[in-house]
Amino acid sequence: MAQGIWIVAEQREGELRKISFELVSEARRLADKMGQPVTALLLGSNIKQKASELGKYGADKVMVADDERLAAYTTDAYARVIAQLAEAHQPAIILLGASVQGKDLSGRLAARLGVGVAQECVEFSIEDGNLVAKRPIYAGKAYATVTYKDSVPQMATARPNIFEINEPDESRSVEVVDAEFSLDDTHLKTTVVDVIQEAGGKVDLTEAERIVSGGRGMKGPEHYSILEELADLIDATVGASRSAVDAGWRPHSDQVGQTGKVVSPNLYVACGISGAIQHLAGMSTSKVIVAINKDPDAPIFQKADYGVVGDLFEVVPALTEALRKML
Amino acid sequence: MNIVVCLKQVPDTETQIKIAPDAKGIVTDNIKWVMNPYDEYAVEEALRIREKFGGEVTIVGVGPARVTEAIRTALAMGADKGILVDDPAVTGSDSLGTAKILAAVIKDLAYDIVLCGKQGVDDDYGLVGASLAELLDIPQISVVVKLEMNEDGSSLTAHKEVEGGTFVIQSPLPALITAQKGLNEPRYASLPGIMKAKKKPLDVKTLADLGLDAGDVGESGAKIKVIQLTPPAERAPGKMVEGETPAEKATKLATLLHEEAKII
Repeated sequence: MAQGIWIVAEQREGELRKISFELVSEARRLADKMGQPVTALLLGSNIKQKASELGKYGADKVMVADDERLAAYTTDAYARVIAQLAEAHQPAIILLGASVQGKDLSGRLAARLGVGVAQECVEFSIEDGNLVAKRPIYAGKAYATVTYKDSVPQMATARPNIFEINEPDESRSVEVVDAEFSLDDTHLKTTVVDVIQEAGGKVDLTEAERIVSGGRGMKGPEHYSILEELADLIDATVGASRSAVDAGWRPHSDQVGQTGKVVSPNLYVACGISGAIQHLAGMSTSKVIVAINKDPDAPIFQKADYGVVGDLFEVVPALTEALRKML
Repeated sequence: MNIVVCLKQVPDTETQIKIAPDAKGIVTDNIKWVMNPYDEYAVEEALRIREKFGGEVTIVGVGPARVTEAIRTALAMGADKGILVDDPAVTGSDSLGTAKILAAVIKDLAYDIVLCGKQGVDDDYGLVGASLAELLDIPQISVVVKLEMNEDGSSLTAHKEVEGGTFVIQSPLPALITAQKGLNEPRYASLPGIMKAKKKPLDVKTLADLGLDAGDVGESGAKIKVIQLTPPAERAPGKMVEGETPAEKATKLATLLHEEAKII
């Protein structure tokens, strides 16, 4: 019978990504309810020394697939290795990150293994030994609670920034094993020819702890500097509403909302954003929402924990100044 | 260069979502159905590739009959022909079921590229593209913001958006691409385009036509079961920060964030 919870750890350039720790932590909580072990899969090149880190957060075992062709993520190589391991070991559950990598892999693995995937989950539980997952639909205008039928393993991806990371326990022991797999160059059809890092190395919106976002009220791309000043001070990432992106003020990758990124930071500061339903859908799971808008009737105030009615060109610089004195 | 675009019809993003009394689906009365926004980028990109390399653009959708409207919209934009799988047994398909249906249609077509939107903006699974590529045994590149075909048309280079950057990926053809916002600016259907679209071929197929077993797709074949839909949790009512001047409001806000919310 299928046994145990697996997580697929993520690394970029040999460094474990935060989602890996979120996955191990949540898997540990679920596994304790089932009385089953947690195994982390770690794919990469010369990556074995990172395995023990996953143990501190709750993995009982780390299966390391070390191969230079696994150094950077490719669908072909990763799907092949993970599918082989899953078929050989038959885990009951596999959790991946709802990251670009995890969402790319999950669809491929679903078809290869003939299983169901619950994507972008924000809550998990175990009922009668089955995984039950809660996930936003219509970009968060509603939630679906789903489970599985005839699906071994039961696969799901976890939205970044939602699941709490366990306190690392230095005394936990972890078994590190080399994964047995075969990888043939003829299976590897795609090649990563270049990796372009975004300028400034800013944290992606989907992973950001704090976001300062500007909308139509910004009146033009040149004024985003006041948001950037605030963002720099509080280590936030700058986002934008759809109208600001469609006006060409900000790149598409900055857009928050139903046709942009769905974000869950600890703090979301909406400046000059009225709060169209598509925007609210993309940010309403933020822990604390601040709205600064001159229109007291703007829908964004319905979602805000703290609302300031006022001219953002006065309020935002004053807020930056006040925080600078405080910090 | 023959291109297949997979199309989904979804509620317009303006839609207020109401959960049906049985809590298994949404109330579909008075919904304005539109082409999935990400699929618009896929259609546009297909047309641009055809304009450069020649060939045909085929649109493939999965029922019900109203999906015809979305396919006609793509034909009005300039696609050549459409195929709709309309069969009562497709209702309730999960992503894998939908991918199986699409694969059954596409495997018999001559194609070099398959384009999909990166996800449907209704149930937001975003799985069909990758599952379809697996079933067709072709490579996939998802979340693509820039696509270039090499001159002899035997391979492509795609820019894939990842957290904090972009991967530039090369792939032989045939390949499957999922489109992200930013890939292009989709054109609007022109009036002559709309008139022409009415005469373009649109085949309707059943599961039996495709040699698919009804038990493999639809609700009976679904690996994912919806237990219930719920509305989002209500947020606690917020606080308006009052003050005589913007500076006073800003100072109060800073204090609240630091001392009350303890977030800064």
